[in-house]
Amino acid sequence: MTGRLRIAVHKFASCDGCQIQFLNLEQDLLTLASRAEIAHFTEASSVTQPGPYDVSFVEGSISTSADLQRIREIRAASRLLITIGACATAGGLQALRNWKDHDEFVRAIYARPEYIDSLARSTPVSEHVKVDAELWGCPIDQRQLKRVLSDLLARVAPRIPGESVCLECKRAGHVCVLVAKGEPCLGPVTRTGCGALCPRYERDCYGCFGPQEDGNTLALGRRFRELGLSDEDVVRRLRFINGWAPAFRAGAQAWEK
Amino acid sequence: MLGTAKGEPVMSVAGLLKRDQLDVLIQTLRARGYRVVGPRAKSGAIVYDEVSRADELPVGLVSVQEPGRYRLEDSGNGRLFDYVHGPESLKRFLFAPQETLWTVEQNGEVRFKETLPEIRPLAVIGARACDLAGVSVQDRTFLKGRYNDFSDPYYATRRENLFIVAVHCTRSAATCFCASMNTGPRAREGYDIALTELEDAFLVGAGSAAGEAVLADLPLQPAHEGEITQAAQAIDAAARSQTRRLDTENIQALLFNNLEHPRWDDVAERCLSCGNCTLVCPTCFCHRETDVASLDGKESGHQRQWDSCFTLEHGYLHGAQIRPQIRHRYRQWLTHKLAAWIEQFGVSGCVGCGRCITWCPTGIDLIEEVNAIRLPAALRRRHGAQPEAKT
Ligand code: SF4
Ligand code: SF4
Ligand code: SF4
Ligand code: SF4
Repeated sequence: MTGRLRIAVHKFASCDGCQIQFLNLEQDLLTLASRAEIAHFTEASSVTQPGPYDVSFVEGSISTSADLQRIREIRAASRLLITIGACATAGGLQALRNWKDHDEFVRAIYARPEYIDSLARSTPVSEHVKVDAELWGCPIDQRQLKRVLSDLLARVAPRIPGESVCLECKRAGHVCVLVAKGEPCLGPVTRTGCGALCPRYERDCYGCFGPQEDGNTLALGRRFRELGLSDEDVVRRLRFINGWAPAFRAGAQAWEK
Repeated sequence: MLGTAKGEPVMSVAGLLKRDQLDVLIQTLRARGYRVVGPRAKSGAIVYDEVSRADELPVGLVSVQEPGRYRLEDSGNGRLFDYVHGPESLKRFLFAPQETLWTVEQNGEVRFKETLPEIRPLAVIGARACDLAGVSVQDRTFLKGRYNDFSDPYYATRRENLFIVAVHCTRSAATCFCASMNTGPRAREGYDIALTELEDAFLVGAGSAAGEAVLADLPLQPAHEGEITQAAQAIDAAARSQTRRLDTENIQALLFNNLEHPRWDDVAERCLSCGNCTLVCPTCFCHRETDVASLDGKESGHQRQWDSCFTLEHGYLHGAQIRPQIRHRYRQWLTHKLAAWIEQFGVSGCVGCGRCITWCPTGIDLIEEVNAIRLPAALRRRHGAQPEAKT
């Protein structure tokens, strides 16, 4: 990649919160715009340019047959494809439908079900095309986004750590809510990136950054059982925003009746 | 120097400081330009934080510690230091969790800038024997000497400016095993001042010239033989109350001859690979260095951050992952801590503080892991209900 980077931001099934993290960069967004060409970002501007793009950021999960087609086109038009957020990276909250009868939802909710073209499963982008990097979080973290953008502009591989939230807790000096309060904190099996936001406010992590690189959800589930959670509680805890991510999926399934 | 019942040397005793006079110590340190840090109760644990007055210190709290569990409870008395310890040792004051080592700017020309820490004397009140032992272990890693050709200037600057007010433990937590590691509960060296808490006073002694100078400013009363004996006995009783003990006999051969022991698979079923054990350990020194560029591309900072042998990044060398499974990573931690450390630094990497036991979210106890490898298979205890065995 030489010259100015051509950047695109695309949206699939999502709440737009991760794109808003881009917009919330404020002054930094202007700096970005001065160093890169933001060619396609409909949340920010109605002026959109066709590909090819150097970097495509993708928000949202693959949820309709039109999505299936469009993600392939985006992949073909992009040198690098980076997913942003829980939806694009793990299927998102809407992936809760993956465990239920999709057609029954459609019949129950829509007056004219025949107009609805949604897939039975909400799936991450990586189930359909090659993904070069993943930014986790619901929503993504601005400092992390900024670092990735800075790395891309410096033409180095973006650094996205995969370790547990606990490391950040300990560096920051937050007292562990699991050990000191018996809270069912998912931090040990959750990926860092949020700056240990929940434990900072004495709350247990609920895993919005998805699974860490190689944690042990089964062992943490056992610990939650010892702390008084029921099997069902353990399933619910892991099957939430990133429930379709393989490590959380397996961790929840182990306790399912 | 006075002898104890066991004939071990104790600190030189300068006198007694009434408990209600402890504030004079804090004010004396402050007047001498120290930033004073001491124990504070926060979020259900004791942490180190700034103190400006003695009445900010936690009163009448004990920590009830067991594997994976920590609770503060009322002791029903007015003592200040019965809490024993919290998750933090002195490590964060010397080896910073995260700091920028240098920055580089490009504005026509490329300019490097040093970012050595600001020299600000720091006094820490409440350090325990295990904490002092931890510092002396880390000194071997970060300071020039027999084990190291260079001093880390960031660590060294803070080390030179650290004043330690130690507390001899007169109470141990259930996870403590310093007595078996020969590091406590009596602080032997490395402090400036040491306190032993008695009913309503502290027996006070100095361990350095700087400590003596501070003590000269305090309203000390003479200590009598009875109080000195009482203090020594209270420390000995804390040692005797410890139920955990690490058997270090032949530990290097034991661990290195058992690198394929089934216990590594067993512990890997319980270990989360969260890294808490390494970060609370007073001696763990692993870190990573990365460059953080600004968005405008004009400057960049070279950042150092605590790392852990439980991260995949830590085991990633020359394009290959050398510790792909949790069993490899737990084995790396335990064999380095208890065995390879001795080869590397001439001392165990464990000082017996028990923090890794208390602060492990699943309560893995390194002593049990070592025992399981040491003991015949029939005596090993298996852990944890499997999800299949539902209640
Ligand atoms: S509070 Fe949660 S994230 Fe933080 S150290 Fe404890 S278990 Fe880990
Ligand atoms: S602590 Fe967990 S749930 Fe809270 S913001 Fe961070 S990753 Fe999300
Ligand atoms: S290994 Fe555990 S007990 Fe030993 S010094 Fe480290 S934290 Fe303390
Ligand atoms: S031993 Fe405990 S604290 Fe250490 S990585 Fe494993 S689960 Fe985490």
